[in-house]
Amino acid sequence: MATQQTRLLGKLAVAPSVVVLFLWMIVPLALTIWFSLLRYNLLDPGNESFVGFLNYEYFLTDPAFFAALGNSLKLVFAVLAISIIGGTLLALLLDQAIVGRNIVRLMVIAPFFVMPTVSALVWKNMFMHPVSGLFAWLMKSVGLEPVDWFAQYPLTAVIIMVAWQWLPFATLILLTAIQSLDEEQKEAAEMDGAPPLAYFFYIVLPHLARPITVVILIETIFLLNVFAEIYVTGTGGPAGNLPYLVYFQGLLNFDVGGASAGGIVAVVLANIVAFFLIRMIGRNLEG
Amino acid sequence: MGTIVLKDVQKRFGDVVIIPGASLAIENGEFIVFVGPSGCGKSTLLRLIAGLEDVTAGEIIIDGADAAQLAPAKRGLSMVFQSYALYPHMSVRNNIAFGLKMAGMPKPEIEAKVTKAAQTLNLTDYLDRKPRQLSGGQRQRVAIGRAIVRQPKAFLFDEPLSNLDAALRVQMRLEIMQLHQTLGATMIYVTHDQVEAMTMADRIVVLNKGNVEQVGSPLDLYNNPDSLFVAGFIGSPKMNFISGEVAGQYKAQTIGVRPEHIALSSQSGAWEGTIALAEHLGADTFLHIDTKAGGRLTVRAAGEYDQGPGAKIWLTPEKNRIHRFDQNGRTIKNAA
Repeated sequence: MATQQTRLLGKLAVAPSVVVLFLWMIVPLALTIWFSLLRYNLLDPGNESFVGFLNYEYFLTDPAFFAALGNSLKLVFAVLAISIIGGTLLALLLDQAIVGRNIVRLMVIAPFFVMPTVSALVWKNMFMHPVSGLFAWLMKSVGLEPVDWFAQYPLTAVIIMVAWQWLPFATLILLTAIQSLDEEQKEAAEMDGAPPLAYFFYIVLPHLARPITVVILIETIFLLNVFAEIYVTGTGGPAGNLPYLVYFQGLLNFDVGGASAGGIVAVVLANIVAFFLIRMIGRNLEG
Repeated sequence: MGTIVLKDVQKRFGDVVIIPGASLAIENGEFIVFVGPSGCGKSTLLRLIAGLEDVTAGEIIIDGADAAQLAPAKRGLSMVFQSYALYPHMSVRNNIAFGLKMAGMPKPEIEAKVTKAAQTLNLTDYLDRKPRQLSGGQRQRVAIGRAIVRQPKAFLFDEPLSNLDAALRVQMRLEIMQLHQTLGATMIYVTHDQVEAMTMADRIVVLNKGNVEQVGSPLDLYNNPDSLFVAGFIGSPKMNFISGEVAGQYKAQTIGVRPEHIALSSQSGAWEGTIALAEHLGADTFLHIDTKAGGRLTVRAAGEYDQGPGAKIWLTPEKNRIHRFDQNGRTIKNAA
């Protein structure tokens, strides 16, 4: 009974959702690819014409593209470094029996639940504002010239904001991993006379290798897409990344064709990164 | 050298008293087994000796020096854990070498020691494998290898065989005993399995609720238990306990007779009963017999016993094998 008919029934039952999901994915992708091959400018509607790969040529030879690509990579690497190193240290700290541990944990996790737009506004107006921000006040109170973050160090400012959001995520995952370390292994290391640093490097860190790769994978996917922080703080010029450049082409230059080409380039780059990351993770999961 | 002396060692977690005060002297080269039911404090006592738990009060003297406040690694003891606690990302070689490396021993020396330990334990072919690629018995050997290379004053075993299947357990039991003979080192072994205790130990320490109930050689505990608790714990199947009128005849609150010290007869004897169940083991038959005198009693009959359930039977305890206990569960010594 439970063979061919049920299998067919199963296929029929899931077919609608599969079809919808497929269309949901393929229609925008196909349209984007189609637009990327057109001369399609919102200032000149109705005059779309096929131009082949001209949009790609313009996009890839634009100096802004390399600047954006560089910013994308800097942002990803800097935030990964901060969130993994900082996350490991915080996780080690939160693993200790400290007073009010539960409240501290809750507070550490909190930034992850703040919307990027909101966090960017808070950082922009309450912390990094050169006149009324907390940082400016701190600098002035010790007699120093306040830093105008978004004018002087726009990319650093964005990295700080994004790292603040993603540090809790890394901390949370690494903390659970540390807590899953076998109690008897800790004691065995104690009997073996491993001092704290050796214990960390020989026992804890290898145990964390797997969760760290998971954090790298997940964070990279999201960090390549950072947009709100850059848009809200108006640092798109000096610190704009690829998503910002695509937005800039499409909605500020009204060049839908060029923006589509940029979007496809971003998709290809993201897939290259994902390919290597998945391989890395696969190797780590086997091990 | 490896003498360990415990002087009134106490352990409390807050208000909960785990070990109210244990004293014990362990000679160099002895194989000591801590045995008791779960929760009796035997593992805690071992961990106190290892230094993994801090003593609340008392002294732990290792080779003449008080070690109660020393860090575990400074006590010169090695421990084999119940879960083996091998480092999963290190090869067998590095697992065994880790303690030596932490002690700052030069590389060639480490290599020589690891090779020697691997030979002793038949691990030479597995030195480059990871722990997950090994069977349970091999992991056990790696854990022992890790303990051996440090040439400790004493080995501590915390229920090391409880994760193995029955056949492997018997084999590893023999290997550990063999190792004890080869090394001649002091070993302290914790188990809840009284068969392991009986077969391996030079001396057994029976623990009950954190108290040292009795210390003695296996046969000493078997023949002359100090208390009802030890009598019931040592020996398999368990000793039969009879209280009431029958015990009164022997001037005791409770009397105990081991299943192997009761003679059976189909015609006459001291107590009359009916066979309720028979367990055939081949070499022995365990009969569970309902008696008027003492409720259900277990009797070991040699070989195959031909009577089955329902048969009438008479039981006679061996006169000088009857253990008498007072109302506190202490043994009443036989008058001369």
